[in-house]
Amino acid sequence: MALDVAAAAAWMHDFAGVIDENAELLTDLDREIGDADHGFNMDRGMKAVAALDPSAFAKGGDYLKKAGMTLVSTVGGASGPLYGTFFLRVGGAWADDMDAAGLGKALRAGLDGIVQRGKASVGEKTMVDALSPALDAYDAHAGEGVAAALAAAAQACAAGRDATIPLIAHKGRASYLGERSAGHQDPGATSVTMLIEAASRNLA
Amino acid sequence: MKKLINAVDDVVKDSLFGVEAAHSDIVAVDHDNNVVYRIDAPVANKVGIISGGGSGHEPLHGGFVGLGMLDAACAGEIFTSPVPDQMFAADKLVDGGRGVLHIVKNYTGDVMNFDMAAEMAAAEGIRVESVVVDDDVAVQDSLYTAGRRGVGLTVLLEKIVGAAAEEGKDLDYVADLAKRVIANGRSMGMALSGCTVPAAGKPSFELADDEIEVGIGIHGEPGRERRQIGTAAEIAQMLVRPILDDLDYRGSEVIAFVNGMGATPLIELYIMYNEVAKILQAEGVRVVRNLVGNYITSLDMAGCSVTLLRADDEMLHLWDAPVVTAGLRWGK
Repeated sequence: MALDVAAAAAWMHDFAGVIDENAELLTDLDREIGDADHGFNMDRGMKAVAALDPSAFAKGGDYLKKAGMTLVSTVGGASGPLYGTFFLRVGGAWADDMDAAGLGKALRAGLDGIVQRGKASVGEKTMVDALSPALDAYDAHAGEGVAAALAAAAQACAAGRDATIPLIAHKGRASYLGERSAGHQDPGATSVTMLIEAASRNLA
Repeated sequence: MKKLINAVDDVVKDSLFGVEAAHSDIVAVDHDNNVVYRIDAPVANKVGIISGGGSGHEPLHGGFVGLGMLDAACAGEIFTSPVPDQMFAADKLVDGGRGVLHIVKNYTGDVMNFDMAAEMAAAEGIRVESVVVDDDVAVQDSLYTAGRRGVGLTVLLEKIVGAAAEEGKDLDYVADLAKRVIANGRSMGMALSGCTVPAAGKPSFELADDEIEVGIGIHGEPGRERRQIGTAAEIAQMLVRPILDDLDYRGSEVIAFVNGMGATPLIELYIMYNEVAKILQAEGVRVVRNLVGNYITSLDMAGCSVTLLRADDEMLHLWDAPVVTAGLRWGK
């Protein structure tokens, strides 16, 4: 299928719906080790993204870049610059006619943007702990097509999310808790898993 | 949750309308961007000083906008960094031709959003310098954390740096001064209770009647450790000792700041100030100026923080200089 504006918009609308349903859960996770705002902030941002008119964009990448700018301007906190940078980079590397390998490259451009902006590496109890193994799994299965690659990515993302539970946070507000951050699931890893699961439902 | 609000979603907006209504002789508010700015901005030939952060810390930052302190303050959602568009709007409002200093508290989100704003301002030809306040000694291991948080020192910094800008100092000078203040200030806080973010509707953490949380920040996040409550004298030790262990203040002149977290009455803050002053006197630290009150709060959290700033003659002169803001006002 073409990864056009309609596909990108379907992905964003699905993600916005999941965030809306889980805003309370994400905020509760954030209350335990952060500052109790992740769900509400993401919900505010994704509602603004969902309100964009897809027909105003010629290409999927243009739409996603606008989604990124919208998140930067509406979310605040750390999530705004991180998710915003992700979509700005994904949109910049997006081509409506790309194949599975091309989509993998676009998603990785987004991860690279997150790492650059947030300076986190794997093992520090952040969204990178879910997204990084997800994209490794994607690349390993890219030869089997977009559907198989995204399904593998979603599975690895969820596993990475679950693996954040015992970790001690080294980045973000949870890092101030030191050892007390262990035993809690990272909210950013949780929301990014929702994003990749939505990708697998809509881009395959 | 019991709060004096109209609607959860309108807390920041409604409060900014109130600030504008109460202090229209000092500030105006850009309601599209939630920016509080001096009514005479941009002040020609003066370095602009802006700050900002999540709301819920009032009077910080909007209450410190006015002559001798900030030119503008960007209000984020409760405990959430403002977005880059807000700081960029503030930069344009206050740039009087000599550049703008961004005062950023060291939180992951604040640093990222201010960075993006500085990039936008640079693209527009506005010269921006940024300083990051990180005075919280509760964060012991900066290597494995996001670094020390910006807390009480921010108030003293904004006063001192604002006075220097008012006297006509240039951007490089003001930025260097800010870094000197940051290098010489340390803070430590504690909570008697958590606080309730309106959108969350429940307290950030719960403490038993005999428990306190030591080493808190200003966002309702739990601290480093939970301890049994003690007397004010004992709690003053818990706060002052880690500060003195971190930076040697003996023989120095300091500005001592006892700050309330929002729900602690002044009668208790003065008890704490007295205990803090006794410890400092015994340690040979000379308190030459002080500030006691609720200046950088955490919504309805009960508790307090202590900040010490080793101040040289220039800092003391700038501390004494006139200031006319909603939160601090003297000398004019």
